[in-house]
Amino acid sequence: MNYDKKWDVIVVGAGPGGSKTAEEFAKRGAKTLVVEKKQQIGPPKRCGEGLSQRWMEIANLDPDPTWTLQKITGTVLVAPNGEEAWIDTEDKDQAGYIIERSKFEKDLASDAIRAGSKFMLKARAADLVKENGKIAGVKVVREGKPITLKSDIVVGADGVDSMIARKAGLNSTLPLSECDSGYQYEMTGVDLKDPHKMELYFGSEAANRGYVWIFPKGSDIANVGVGITGEDEKTAKHYLDRWMKHNQERFKNASITEINSGVVPVTSPIDQMVSHGLMLVGDSARMVNPMHGGGIGPALEAGIMAAEIGVPALEKGAEKQFLQPYQEKWEEKRGKNFKKILKVRHFFEKLSDKHLNLIAENADPDVLLNLGHRKSLSKIAKTLLKSSPQSIGFVKDYITK
Amino acid sequence: MSVKIDHEKCMHCGGCVSVCPVLAMELKEGKIEHLPEKCIDCGACIKVCPVGAIKKEEEK
Ligand SMILES: Cc1cc2nc3c(=O)[nH]c(=O)nc-3n(C[C@H](O)[C@H](O)[C@H](O)COP(=O)(O)OP(=O)(O)OC[C@H]3O[C@@H](n4cnc5c(N)ncnc54)[C@H](O)[C@@H]3O)c2cc1C
Ligand code: SF4
Ligand code: SF4
Repeated sequence: MNYDKKWDVIVVGAGPGGSKTAEEFAKRGAKTLVVEKKQQIGPPKRCGEGLSQRWMEIANLDPDPTWTLQKITGTVLVAPNGEEAWIDTEDKDQAGYIIERSKFEKDLASDAIRAGSKFMLKARAADLVKENGKIAGVKVVREGKPITLKSDIVVGADGVDSMIARKAGLNSTLPLSECDSGYQYEMTGVDLKDPHKMELYFGSEAANRGYVWIFPKGSDIANVGVGITGEDEKTAKHYLDRWMKHNQERFKNASITEINSGVVPVTSPIDQMVSHGLMLVGDSARMVNPMHGGGIGPALEAGIMAAEIGVPALEKGAEKQFLQPYQEKWEEKRGKNFKKILKVRHFFEKLSDKHLNLIAENADPDVLLNLGHRKSLSKIAKTLLKSSPQSIGFVKDYITK
Repeated sequence: MSVKIDHEKCMHCGGCVSVCPVLAMELKEGKIEHLPEKCIDCGACIKVCPVGAIKKEEEK
């Protein structure tokens, strides 16, 4: 195939964000190329594979039994003292699936290919081509050989460790305090509380400033993982292994089929997600729900927005001012909400194990389900205040009338 | 001084790349590469690595 022609858009990275972006650009008639450094789309996953129904609707995806493996109808929150709060999400926005991500990613790439885009694998973007102060393509190392590929727009969908953002001079270094270090085992033979409920374990012993999760992929198959603050001296692996040892009854018939690790940005998106001829999509712009680290849905949504703004901009020369509306649109539609959620996160980061126990014992499941809402947060703050008056210092700011 | 990667332990997840302020880590196909001449010894990569594959390289 001849890849040397000039492309309208080159997407770097064939993760969920990259493939969706490519599909949306190609669907609107743009000549689109995706470069992916791995030799296959998908594995290794850096992911717990949770995806809600609502995100699938936003991304126009129907459930598909080859990758929507396990229907999720609720969550079990477990406090440090073992107190459980069962939340039912069956008919709510938060219902969803644990997916088989490798199949899901390949399907997204297939959708993009059917819409007209081309893919190049084992092709690592090593640098950007710059012409007259504008980004005009990527320098790729393909199977060891350097090649230069030109385009009007480059989309960096190359994940949290994005090289594209850095090479474009956008400040994308993730501060340690604003990321979670994650480690996970996919296992078979796990004793699940309920194969349709996600289990989340909180507290300093399970996970410093994070949680342990069990996401079921089948009746006895699950992703068992942990996310802790990037600042912790101990490793995520240390936390997970220790937690599993303390809960070994659940795993006595289980064995590991896959080991995963990765870092999740749990902070605000980067200040600048566009430049002359450049757009960032997904983790590369830190578009992640800062409460639980879910980033598949936001990456898909951003891919659609990028094409909606990017395609008309192609005709005008793809200067920054024509791409800037992408950032504005994203901030309006998603960023504002994530900012509120970040506030909830900061609240939870201040809670001690004792506070978490109190919440599990006293809070109404509906309140726990809608934590992103100011009213819910206020109710939780009031609950804490009632049972632990000394928490007034930090709790009072969150109480609204 | 610099850091040393245990390639046997490394999961190629790119975590260290995300937090490195000076692009002294690079994830190539199936291998993480450290560029000691750029490294400023901030230690961020050591802390974030989910499996403890990065250690301080002791001066000889
Ligand atoms: C432990 C863990 C658990 C998680 N659990 C969940 C979860 O349950 N649900 C959820 O929604 N999210 C979860 N996330 C977050 C989620 O995985 C990410 O938000 C999501 O993958 C972002 O998609 P993306 O397309 O932006 O980037 P990625 O999925 O990271 O894709 C980037 C792609 O770009 C390629 N690439 C990178 N650099 C280059 C280069 N220079 N040249 C060419 N190609 C390149 C990579 O190989 C990769 O294929 C989790 C993350 C971690 C670490
Ligand atoms: S963070 Fe650790 S496991 Fe991940 S790529 Fe870097 S050295 Fe390897
Ligand atoms: S010590 Fe700091 S500068 Fe050196 S590689 Fe690690 S993160 Fe980068």
